Amino acid sequence: METFTGVTCPFCGCLCDDIEVTVEKGNIVKVKNGCAYSLTKYLNCNRDRITTPLIRENDKQVVVELPAAIERAAKILSDAEYPVLYGWSSTSAEAIGLGIELAEEVGGAIDNTTSVCHGPTTEALQELGLPGCTLGQVKNRADLIIYWGSNPLQSHLRHMSRYTIGAEGRWRKSRDDRTLVVVDVRRTYTARVADYFIQVEPNRDYELITALRMALRHEEIEQERVAGVPVEDIEELADLMMSCEFGALFYGLGLTMSSGKNRNIDAAISLVRDLNRWTKFVMIPMRGHFNVNGANIVFLWHTGYPFAIDFSHGYPIYAPGATSAVDILSRGESDAALIISSDPAANFPRRAVENLFKNPLIVIDPHRTVTSMRADVVIPSAFVGIECEGTAYRMDGVPIKMRGIAEPPKGVLPDEEILKGILTEIRRLKRGG
Amino acid sequence: MELLITNAIVYDPANGIDGEKIDIAVKDGRIVETSELKDAKVLDASGLVAMPGGVDIHAHIAGPKVNKGRLLRPEDHLRMINRRREGLRPIVGYTIPTTFTTGYWYASMGYTTVMEPATPPLETRHTHEELNDTPIIDKACFPVVDSNWFVLEYLKEGDIQGCSAYLAWLLRSVKGYALKLVSPGSEEAWGWGEGLKGIDDPVPYFDITPREIIRGLHAVNKLLKLPSPIHIHCNDLGSPGNYRVTLDTMRCVEDLSERDRPSLHIVHIQFNAYAGSGWGDLSSGASELAKYMNSHSHVTADLGQVLFEDTTTMTADGPWQYVLHRLSGNKWVNHDVEAETGGGIVPYEYRRRNYVNAIQWSIGLEFALMVKDPWKLCLTTDHPNGGPFIEYPRIMTWLLSSKAREAALARINRRARRKSSLGSIDREYSLYELAIVTRAAPARILGLEGKGHLGIGADADVSLYKLNPYIMDLSKDYKRVREALRRAAYTIKGGEIVAIDGEALNTTYGKTYWVDVEVPEREEERVKRDLNEKFERYYSVKLENYPIEERDLRFPSPLHIRGEGI
Repeated sequence: METFTGVTCPFCGCLCDDIEVTVEKGNIVKVKNGCAYSLTKYLNCNRDRITTPLIRENDKQVVVELPAAIERAAKILSDAEYPVLYGWSSTSAEAIGLGIELAEEVGGAIDNTTSVCHGPTTEALQELGLPGCTLGQVKNRADLIIYWGSNPLQSHLRHMSRYTIGAEGRWRKSRDDRTLVVVDVRRTYTARVADYFIQVEPNRDYELITALRMALRHEEIEQERVAGVPVEDIEELADLMMSCEFGALFYGLGLTMSSGKNRNIDAAISLVRDLNRWTKFVMIPMRGHFNVNGANIVFLWHTGYPFAIDFSHGYPIYAPGATSAVDILSRGESDAALIISSDPAANFPRRAVENLFKNPLIVIDPHRTVTSMRADVVIPSAFVGIECEGTAYRMDGVPIKMRGIAEPPKGVLPDEEILKGILTEIRRLKRGG
Repeated sequence: MELLITNAIVYDPANGIDGEKIDIAVKDGRIVETSELKDAKVLDASGLVAMPGGVDIHAHIAGPKVNKGRLLRPEDHLRMINRRREGLRPIVGYTIPTTFTTGYWYASMGYTTVMEPATPPLETRHTHEELNDTPIIDKACFPVVDSNWFVLEYLKEGDIQGCSAYLAWLLRSVKGYALKLVSPGSEEAWGWGEGLKGIDDPVPYFDITPREIIRGLHAVNKLLKLPSPIHIHCNDLGSPGNYRVTLDTMRCVEDLSERDRPSLHIVHIQFNAYAGSGWGDLSSGASELAKYMNSHSHVTADLGQVLFEDTTTMTADGPWQYVLHRLSGNKWVNHDVEAETGGGIVPYEYRRRNYVNAIQWSIGLEFALMVKDPWKLCLTTDHPNGGPFIEYPRIMTWLLSSKAREAALARINRRARRKSSLGSIDREYSLYELAIVTRAAPARILGLEGKGHLGIGADADVSLYKLNPYIMDLSKDYKRVREALRRAAYTIKGGEIVAIDGEALNTTYGKTYWVDVEVPEREEERVKRDLNEKFERYYSVKLENYPIEERDLRFPSPLHIRGEGI
């Protein structure tokens, strides 16, 4: 029996790195410090597991050896005119880099899950920039915390205790030293512990932010309520924001994926930018998957763009809405797909999923998923951060090395090794070797 | 592999070779005596100039800040695009190119060594991941340490020993090469949205001044026997009248410096060489700074030359980037890093018809021409702050040719032209001097013994250019010179030909240098105690997850040093 300390959790964008995991004979038997999600991820990592490669023959998935599965995957990708390579948010930075090389090699499109979560954040950022910081800055300095369209008590369970209102920092010692504001369409769990709860009408965040910006400038707001919020409350919130020493705005899909999308984030960035004339104010998106930020980051240094990249011309073309996976699939343009550590069949629109299934499909994943059940090639992989190592990037951009502490099922390799195998095989096929 | 380069006209200032026709012998990646070769491939370099591979002492090419620049500027990536070719990744970007583009482009110009001069220690794993993916060149990165809480606390206590042992630990942990100061103390102040003025303004809550930080880190650097002096981005960067702060900075370590031994490297000095009281009467402080440097030997500088380009500014100097955002109205990224540093990114276009920009352009060149000893100077643009590195050959021709300068001068803002002293300077650099400021001097300042020269035992990094000073008039033919310098005929890195006619051939990878300083055990133990006690209070990660292992670097090249005197 061995206990590992300081293990980084591969669940959400918080990347809590203080988990204690006890391993016996290669299996995880005990987890300390982790949240409920973390515990589930560690303790159930062998449930619904695929342990052998599968290839579909005569409409049935049959067990094959790994080299055969890699060969078939390589053949599918090199025969395809325009394959889509999608997922990448729950694997290592190293695997993501190889994925991009693979997409270049086969002239396909590569996209990560950003296009269905914080894509609007990146688009707004490209217009305006973003005043941000690392989470430790918030822990040490912030006396005003705002969660907007985000409910960390149900999505990022330790965010508040590690980085915001529950954290002990250099200048903020306890809960009393910080004010918590929640803006949401309903009284969420997080809202219940807030000092101020602002209930915004669904899809009217943009108006509320605009009203706040007016209040900052002491402009007269002629209505009595904006987006369902009384003007006095808006003015009070504006006062609170201007008079804090260090404010931090965290926002989630409630802001990025409600009506207005990137325009909402435009407005939020403008608000935070304005606030920097009076005080110090920052914002950080609440990223979901543990390495979705890493997917953006690695895409950027390889291609210049964070997601939704098309290599069909031999260089990266970035046009979210045209080159994003959902859109390519929905238009039925792709003729093969590789899905890695993601389950688009469970959450993409019906038309996109139909096309995904119509063409040859490769899935690399530790688990059986809705997508993998219909795949032509399934290659099981090891869990990054549990069974193999690799770098991940926290929601604030801090890179953390994930460790391998348990044994993967026999014969199961890390994503990195599988992708290397496919890439090598494709190059061999291309050169007629 | 063996290679014999014959008939080249060689400029190797470190060995006093000034345009002589001599053969260069290469074996197993190093320069050797010609007699050592047995079965060498011969490269006939008739009519070509040979120099050691270029060394860039200061270019922001990798890491969190550069990558956020890429994110901020999708428009930049459309300015230069090349399809992927066999063995090469696609070329994308201009002022913030992809890591692959960066490696290929440096090689295409004959550069083989580049320093990333500012990495936040907490995020340096990211910097190394990008450096790992930067092909061809050798590289290193400098952690930013001037607003680091451990440093501020040790220095406040006057504990130079403790600070030294801590920084030895930090350099080893993040695999860094030199100590970088960025507007000392001001990123900590910026954590509260404030800035510092000059070098005697105290850092809020820490009650220590930039002067004390500079002097303390200067002492630490000496105690650790680091290969390179402290690299300092001076306070008040970008403000009219700031040349006085630069002078204060140089003077503040005068009494600590040994004679004839540089111990302070001022980075991108152009941005800290402004006289005048405001933007309307901005003028050049270059002559005052050059005068000081001409009469003192403890200071070196790199240029930070401005080009008339739409570029992307990025620096750990958070407060300055905010000022630039407010001045320009352009988009703005800010990123403060807990207990350490910060940073900002703002796109900016230097326009030749803009008075301020034209003065900035003139200041850089004036300074380069007024500093008498080229060994004190390195050519940089503070890439991409003054302009992208791929445009260095334009600066080279401005130094080599007064005609090139005249042509540029004729097109700038008229009031700036009247104010500029550039027209009255006749000096033209020789190729020998050019080889100093682009190779020999930066390698010497960095303490990279195998770089910047072609003596026996040096790394076999050689660049060959289609230049013939005996036939060409470098001053008159500056356009041809520029093109020749832009596209090296051959770039040889570690004995292998990596680029021909300005095109990289393959995606191979160079080394990453870092310094491993051994300190006495008792000091190491003390630092460990301090880290155990404070680290997790200051940071949001566990101490054990902070260090980067050597195996996380693609080709690590540690420099082992015994930090005597600690």
